[in-house]
Amino acid sequence: MNPRRRLSGGGRGDTVFKALLFLAASTIPALLIALVIELTRGARQAIDRFGAGFIFGSGWDPVAGTFGAWPAVFGTLLTSALALLLAVPLALGVAIYLTEFAPMRIRRPVATMIELLAAIPSVVYGLWGIFVMIPFLRTWVYPVLEARLGFLPFFAGPVYGPSVLSASLILTVMIIPFIMSVSREVLLAVPPGQREAALALGATRWEAVSTVIVPYAKSGILGAVILGLGRALGETMAVTMLIGNRHEIAASLFAPGYSMAAVIANEFADAAGGPLHESALIYLALILFGVTVIVNGAARLMIWRVARRGGAT
Amino acid sequence: MLNRESKRGVLRAALVAVAATSLVACGDKDTVQLTGAGATFPYPIYSKWFDAFYNETGHQVNYQSIGSGAGVKQFTEGTVDFGATDGPMTDEEIAAVGGAVVHLPTVLGADVVTWNLPSLGETQLRFDGATLADIFLGKIKRWDDPRLAALNPGVALPSLDILVVHRADGSGTTFIWTDYLSTVSPEWSAKIGRGKSVNWPTGVGGKGNEGVTQQVKQVEGTIGYVELIYASANGLPYGAIKNRSGQFVLPTLESVSAAAAGVDLAADTDFRVSIVDAAGADAYPVASFTWLLVRPDMADAAKARAIRDFLRWMTRPEAAAMAAELHYAPLPKSVADLVAARIETLTAGGAPIADGR
Repeated sequence: MNPRRRLSGGGRGDTVFKALLFLAASTIPALLIALVIELTRGARQAIDRFGAGFIFGSGWDPVAGTFGAWPAVFGTLLTSALALLLAVPLALGVAIYLTEFAPMRIRRPVATMIELLAAIPSVVYGLWGIFVMIPFLRTWVYPVLEARLGFLPFFAGPVYGPSVLSASLILTVMIIPFIMSVSREVLLAVPPGQREAALALGATRWEAVSTVIVPYAKSGILGAVILGLGRALGETMAVTMLIGNRHEIAASLFAPGYSMAAVIANEFADAAGGPLHESALIYLALILFGVTVIVNGAARLMIWRVARRGGAT
Repeated sequence: MLNRESKRGVLRAALVAVAATSLVACGDKDTVQLTGAGATFPYPIYSKWFDAFYNETGHQVNYQSIGSGAGVKQFTEGTVDFGATDGPMTDEEIAAVGGAVVHLPTVLGADVVTWNLPSLGETQLRFDGATLADIFLGKIKRWDDPRLAALNPGVALPSLDILVVHRADGSGTTFIWTDYLSTVSPEWSAKIGRGKSVNWPTGVGGKGNEGVTQQVKQVEGTIGYVELIYASANGLPYGAIKNRSGQFVLPTLESVSAAAAGVDLAADTDFRVSIVDAAGADAYPVASFTWLLVRPDMADAAKARAIRDFLRWMTRPEAAAMAAELHYAPLPKSVADLVAARIETLTAGGAPIADGR
């Protein structure tokens, strides 16, 4: 074999290697497509029966064979949004503290401890939620919220424990490590020169963080938030255990609700309402898939625009 | 690092081991492996039975407790040798297998009402069907409702809101409960109906017996329903329910068996009968059979024989004693005799199943 041929990228080894890599790379899109096809096929009966109205319909009666997904769709979106609302400031605050302000020797241990939270299985979070978090909230937090803010429909009683709010809070705890850990990496990657330049210009620590470091890292931070959102949308076990499992939309966050993943987890194994019930659950899975794709797509778009406008990364 | 000599030694040892295992596997030619899937409620007793049966005969039974619905599905698709369910197959489901299914009751299950009212201590409350239906319909909202007070004279019922807790996952427990409510309340039957998952008019949903239990234990004023075995194993309070003869009956192995004795089964019954609200003075009204599903004619003669042998074994008094130990109510004699007779009608390849090994 002469050296020129090798350089030009020919040779059987290369061809085989390229083919193998192509095969490996194409399995992911192929799986995705197969998933959509399979879900659509499984949902066929429910799609034919209810059409797109399924998404915004309510009422879930396996005995009568009427199904509407909206309470579950709404529950998924609401719990995820609430969880993000609470988790993002907290996680970001921790990440900034750990990269900019904390004493050197505690940075690593604290970060590792928070990252460990991400490794806890969600069923353990669910159990912890039932045995520790809900009793605590019901004794100390919810009564105060109800007494002070009960005039708002969102905090109107009665308080049972398992509720949309409890599910959102457990999701908050579950997504903080993801957002914190990725944001921290991103903040660490901000070149020291940027930080030093800001300080050299007379900026305070706070000004350096708010005007230079965070803006520099913002597309990466957004990416971290999306990772957390993805986890919140799809979380099943812990939510099922804490959300109260009721196919209904209530104004109060203390009321039980439902999420798409929780409905599927609860009812699929014993989809006793017959083939239509099962088909409706698969339709629900298809919608969950669609919601995830839309939310992630929108978020990607946002990152892309931020990155382009900011021009910093 | 191994040298060449010892490598060869290891290889030889491995070969011998493989040969030995395959010899063992060949040695017991007439034992078979059976697979079954379905109901979770009878899983503890089934696994005990299968284990004892294996020790006696060498036939291995691999049972997956994946839920009644999935059990029926796998049975229909023919991926298991037998199924198990807490709710009988519907007419459509039976049509889907061309009618080729035999329901065989194995043991009995019952649902109990449980609650959380600390002020009552150990008091056992009394309920009747109409009151329970109205509580679960959300029409009786307070514990000190006059109707509850009338059922429980002398009990100082607290002035508390009632919070209904039900199962969120599809389950045989819910089927029995809603079957009972549908039987005793025309309104429940018309509005909600019976099923493993229903459209609950009120309350919160817990996942599994344990989810319902936790919810009930944590909040004062809750009422829920769980499996009798689960309730007694976890020390939950449970109440007496008024049966068709007007007696308030507590759930016990005897009163649950009595519910099955109260139904009149014809010799050619398909065993798909509901025994809720059964006749009989001491019958507990919220009870049900749980069934094994087998094919009336099986293709594989060896498997057919093993299944038939297991079914015969299951009807022996030792098996019933094991069930009672685990708090499963055994079949009353009238039903057990019918089941034993039905087992003998099973065939393999169109011919009667041979006796012996």
